Amino acid sequence: MSTAYFRIHIAILLLVIFGPLGNVLLGKGMKQIGPVLSTSPQQFARVLLLVVQSPAIWLGIAALLAFFATYMVVLSWADYSYVQPASSVAYIVVALLGRFVLDERVSLIGWMGVLVICAGVFVVGQTHPRTTERKP
Amino acid sequence: MNATFVYYFLIMVAGTVGELCVARAMKTVGDAKQFRPAAVIRVVLQAMGVGWMWLGLLFMTIAFFALLGMLSLENVSLVVPATALSYAVGALGGQIFLGERVTLTRWIGVLLVCVGVALVFLGRAA
Repeated sequence: MSTAYFRIHIAILLLVIFGPLGNVLLGKGMKQIGPVLSTSPQQFARVLLLVVQSPAIWLGIAALLAFFATYMVVLSWADYSYVQPASSVAYIVVALLGRFVLDERVSLIGWMGVLVICAGVFVVGQTHPRTTERKP
Repeated sequence: MNATFVYYFLIMVAGTVGELCVARAMKTVGDAKQFRPAAVIRVVLQAMGVGWMWLGLLFMTIAFFALLGMLSLENVSLVVPATALSYAVGALGGQIFLGERVTLTRWIGVLLVCVGVALVFLGRAA
């Protein structure tokens, strides 16, 4: 296993931890704020005020910033069209977090879907991570 | 028009365009030599000097607020799988705008991922 291969997959592992964690925290925070059905300036200002006061959303943003920093680095190592499907393992993490942290119900079809995603990720993993030339 | 649909459309379009812009900027910057804080910060600072990065950040900010809006209306377990359509859009965009050669094998993988995510989505509705 080459160093490049190893570092790309370590970075992808970090992506699938930070991304779902951020989304789950944002979802928790927005559920506490309530439905946003209008995007009028007054409504936007009201929601923005509630958003900046939500600890769950700040934690979610921190996780997503960590995700974004990792994402930028890994995109300099491998193709976008490789990284994006490979990081789809995040759906397993989202399903697990949804099931065990947010106590959501995940059906049998849902879990089957997660397994098919794993198969897709495996197939993507068989292709070369980079197809374009490196900058000299 | 349904608010969920508007948020979803913005997440898909602005999110994918934003990611493609960021990917284009990173290809201009070149490889990050090490995965250490100093090296990462240097790469991020270099990327900030590229116009594509700022355009990407603008689109990703729009997508972020749309995501917050959709998360206020729907469960995380619905929103996240719903955005999986971006895998197909992303692979297509990578091929068209970034000159990435998406092989048949990789397309099959992307297709499987999409089918899996669609099953997850159907499972939520059931």
